Amino acid sequence: MIKRSTVAVFIVMFAFWVLLSACIKPLQGHYDHIRIVVGMICAAITTSVSRDLLITGKENMTLRKTFRLLLYIPWELWQIVLANFDVAYRVLHPKMPIDPCIIEFDTTLRSDFALTTLANSITLTPGTITIDVEPERGRFLVHAIASKAADALLVDQTMQNKVAHVYMEEGGGE
Amino acid sequence: MFGIGVTDIISIIFMAGGVFFMVAGAVGLLRLPDFYTRLHATGKCDTLGEVLMITGCMIFQGWSFVSVKLFFLIFFIFMANPVGTHAIMKAAYYTGLKPWKKGEGRR
Repeated sequence: MIKRSTVAVFIVMFAFWVLLSACIKPLQGHYDHIRIVVGMICAAITTSVSRDLLITGKENMTLRKTFRLLLYIPWELWQIVLANFDVAYRVLHPKMPIDPCIIEFDTTLRSDFALTTLANSITLTPGTITIDVEPERGRFLVHAIASKAADALLVDQTMQNKVAHVYMEEGGGE
Repeated sequence: MFGIGVTDIISIIFMAGGVFFMVAGAVGLLRLPDFYTRLHATGKCDTLGEVLMITGCMIFQGWSFVSVKLFFLIFFIFMANPVGTHAIMKAAYYTGLKPWKKGEGRR
């Protein structure tokens, strides 16, 4: 009996192959049945190796979380643009207004996806980079380039609440 | 006139933005005082710089398989770049490299 997640992984892998080899008609590709067969073989091998990695089956309400993640991404992109202007300002300013410090804070997040999303978001947003995460307690160790950037994580906690809302963990939904 | 269309101009604007942020990142790499603060410059500016350049290429290319591939390139850069920055940072922190404090000299 083949599991449903295995089939899903196979379909994703094969779709990605079709994308990379451009072997279907639309989008200015040209059809080639040898590539389709080779792609099926490759997708099957990849699936047999990595079927437990892509879809773990631990998550529930995946669709709703995906939808909320899609709403979260534009805000995150805007934060990245702000972060870049912030860094560019600090770097190009003649006096270099930096005051680095290391901060620690706890979150209510526990799942792998939520912790990874928050860690990556912290790294990409203004003035902060994640150094380490302790998954058991949801504790983050963060290097901040200025104390004002640290306050955004320690006092406002906008980002923690947004990520908690996306993954529907406790503490979100305010 | 000169064979330059609207899409060309938009893609040039995106690429120029990318070049600006890449240059800012490089200047930061040279000017900032220590390892951790330098990672701030490279980790952030490189991500957006690359993404803006690739977006410029996508707009220039138009609607084809190439631009879909470029889109996936953006996706993977967004996933991989912060993870790489974080991994280097963690390695430096647990090796015992002391962070620079305000008022110290350059390292």
